[in-house]
Amino acid sequence: MKQLFSLLAGVFLLAGNAFSADEAPDVLVKRVTEEVLTIVRTDKDIQSGNSKKAIELVETKVLPHFNFLRMTSLAVGKDWNKASPEQKKRLAKEFETLLVRTYSNALTAYKSQTIVYKPLKMQPGDTDVLVRTEIRQPGQQAVQLDYGVEKQDNGAWKVYDVVVAGISLVTNYRETFAQEVRNGGIDGLITTLADKNKQVDAKNEKKS
Amino acid sequence: MKKMIAKSVASLTVAACLSGAAIAGDNPNDPAEGWNRAMFSVNEVLDTAIAKPVAQGYDYVTPLPVKAVVGNFFSNIADLMIGANNLLQGKPSDAFNDWGRVLVNTTIGIGGAFDVASEMGLDKHYEDFGQTMAVWGAGEGAYLFWPVIGPRTVRDTAGFVVDSYTDPVWYIYPVDVRNTLVGVRYIDQRAALLPTDKIIEEGATDKYAYIRDAYLQHRRNAVYDGNPPREAALPNGKAPVELQSTPGSGRGAK
Repeated sequence: MKQLFSLLAGVFLLAGNAFSADEAPDVLVKRVTEEVLTIVRTDKDIQSGNSKKAIELVETKVLPHFNFLRMTSLAVGKDWNKASPEQKKRLAKEFETLLVRTYSNALTAYKSQTIVYKPLKMQPGDTDVLVRTEIRQPGQQAVQLDYGVEKQDNGAWKVYDVVVAGISLVTNYRETFAQEVRNGGIDGLITTLADKNKQVDAKNEKKS
Repeated sequence: MKKMIAKSVASLTVAACLSGAAIAGDNPNDPAEGWNRAMFSVNEVLDTAIAKPVAQGYDYVTPLPVKAVVGNFFSNIADLMIGANNLLQGKPSDAFNDWGRVLVNTTIGIGGAFDVASEMGLDKHYEDFGQTMAVWGAGEGAYLFWPVIGPRTVRDTAGFVVDSYTDPVWYIYPVDVRNTLVGVRYIDQRAALLPTDKIIEEGATDKYAYIRDAYLQHRRNAVYDGNPPREAALPNGKAPVELQSTPGSGRGAK
């Protein structure tokens, strides 16, 4: 009997692993969005504008499904190849902080929203798809919210782009970042991002 | 008074030229950057002093259902010209959808107060004459930042002029009712943007450039009805993903 149980448990474990590895990109987006929104809707602190808590939520729930190295390379564009591996790591870390904040601000900005998930257009064998959703709110224009999702080598899907109302939160930085690199090189860009992050942190620290 | 205005205009122009010289637009997408940045600062002052506080006040005191009614009312009026623009863009079925919305919302929706049409499956579209000109093949032209109305490309500035001339609200009589409606609509639209203020404030290292690039992306997306061709030339040597899209064809493909 005991053996049967452990066998069953093993089967479930295997099935569970297979499930998470094979989870389709649109299913992944829907699951994570709903998880996060359920918390946003019930958490009084987040609703009253506690940025720190919203950021923690995004960090624990959403971050594991984002490919930040890829996002940073897309935001930096052609200058990315000029960066040393060590610079790339620092850049990705600062950009992560910036983008997590932007994304959590975007998520908590709409209080009485419902999300509509659009059918996924995907061919078998596709490794790069656009998962489309829409934020609907009474009396206001629906906001398009799309995710660029890419299949990783291990089979899991990871988000590399977030597009709000046609505006990519990632590539929207490309011109600004290119300007920073022209002015002060890759290190200049890293400093600018780090300063921005410190400045906002200090401001939010004071508020909470 | 006149002298004062002349003087402040002169000093503004000087400031614009100075900052223009300092930044010396090396961005090919923004040849008027110096002038734009000056106008952007002017607008920041106006917005912080007037538009934003009024919009915040409106947002604070107005209950959600009332805000919805106000939004629906202006949205219903706008659907008239949105339909016309869809027809001009060669999308008659979308045009009839939009005019059907006006018909339904004006009658069953009690003068446009309620958006019954959306619940019936007649989707809301967003079109303006700038998008129509884009579908006809007009390029966007230089990016410009205007006081009060904000960012517009050259093409969308021309589009805005046409939109204003064909805007039914501007033909409402008597004039004081018209002015009130134009004012309320402006505040309603500003209030709708309040949630984005924080995103930009905390996310942008250069607020001017962030808004510029967001505006340009947003407009390109609108021209393609939410289905723009996807980003070409991704780094790390990945093949670019190109969806088959032509301007204005996005909705049909949905």
